[in-house]
Amino acid sequence: MDTIVTLLYYLLTAYIAVLLVRNFLKRKNWQEEVLYIIVLIPFVLRLLRLK
Amino acid sequence: MTRKVAIAILGLVLAVFAGLSFYRSRHLREPVVLGPGISRVVKLGDYFAPIKGTVNDANVYIIEGKEPGGTILLLGGTHPEEPAGRLAAWIFAENASLARGRILVILSANRSATTVTRLGGAYPPDFTIPTAWGGQTFRMGDRWSNPLDQWPDPEVYLHYPTRQELAYVDIRNLNRAFPGRPNGTLTERTCFAITELIRREKVDIEIDFHEAELQYPVISTIVAHEKGADLAAAASMFISSVEGFSIGVENSPKALRGLSHREIGDATDAISLLLEAPEPFLDATRGRTNRELLLTGKDEFIVRAGKRGLLFEKIDGRGWPIDVRVGRHTSTVLQLLEIWSADHPDKAVAVSGVPRYGDVVEKGTGAFLKDPKAADPSKLAYE
Repeated sequence: MDTIVTLLYYLLTAYIAVLLVRNFLKRKNWQEEVLYIIVLIPFVLRLLRLK
Repeated sequence: MTRKVAIAILGLVLAVFAGLSFYRSRHLREPVVLGPGISRVVKLGDYFAPIKGTVNDANVYIIEGKEPGGTILLLGGTHPEEPAGRLAAWIFAENASLARGRILVILSANRSATTVTRLGGAYPPDFTIPTAWGGQTFRMGDRWSNPLDQWPDPEVYLHYPTRQELAYVDIRNLNRAFPGRPNGTLTERTCFAITELIRREKVDIEIDFHEAELQYPVISTIVAHEKGADLAAAASMFISSVEGFSIGVENSPKALRGLSHREIGDATDAISLLLEAPEPFLDATRGRTNRELLLTGKDEFIVRAGKRGLLFEKIDGRGWPIDVRVGRHTSTVLQLLEIWSADHPDKAVAVSGVPRYGDVVEKGTGAFLKDPKAADPSKLAYE
């Protein structure tokens, strides 16, 4: 059961990462683009199992 | 578009640098030079197969004397962010010789917790103990298992088997998960493996090394299960009169579950004790959270808190250096063993080669760490 919940959390993380990338691509303002990229980093590091 | 690419590359560079730092910290190898008394090194997974091959399949160093006697278990790294505990256990593993009995040493009781630092805590990833041969670097570690190994945390953590409600994050705290659950989380299974080891090896005394912030009331003390209250009290008296420092005794509370001093004593035949030394690095009112604070225990803000009567232990400009904290642990164990052996001649544990408080303070912890480069490769293990 724990393994399934963990897998679901990784899927959630990937989903949010995709949303962040999509929003990053839609932005016109550079400050918002930087913000989306910085917010994206911990999600990527978790998906790569680095942090 | 060019701007987006530039910002994405900037993000990638940041992620690579952060990722490399985390990777190095998680995979830093810590050499252990097997001391003269170690007869063999086994794995925690040998006592409970589901732990085998996991990040928490810790090394168990078995130090044996020629004559039979009692069996002692030293637990280092239950909370790896309390490094004096791991270092004291390290000194036993690399230096102890026994004439009688056995000492089992675990240096990384929660190895997963050694591979991460406090989220948002700005901890250094590692620290180095200076030695005559250059220094030995250790992983900093945290109080809780790495979320990469156990994730997510539940909304509510119910301790097994008592169902007492504890802080949700403590489901990853080794010292809130004893006696463990065979089909539980990684942390619970690790506790179960340690409990199994204690049962199978017929451990007489289990000693769990810790450190505490000065704003925490349980500090500079031996926390003792009722089975070990007399032993702890006698050790406290001897230590205070001959070792050069004072240490108190606290009874293990029956109402607070999951702690080693309570659950191991209840679940096994062993006497369970927990040692606390002062670690200013853990105090909430600390200044910069860096390696210097970790090793010197000096912090002007904590001194100020002490002047306002907010602490449960004294502190001044000398701080609480790592050597003082490590020496307190080694001397406390030696005193406990001497008193135990005098009271139980058939279960005596006669140890030599381990420095006492005065030696560690005078020569430094590094004087008792062995150079892995000069060691016979067959005498090397890694944490």
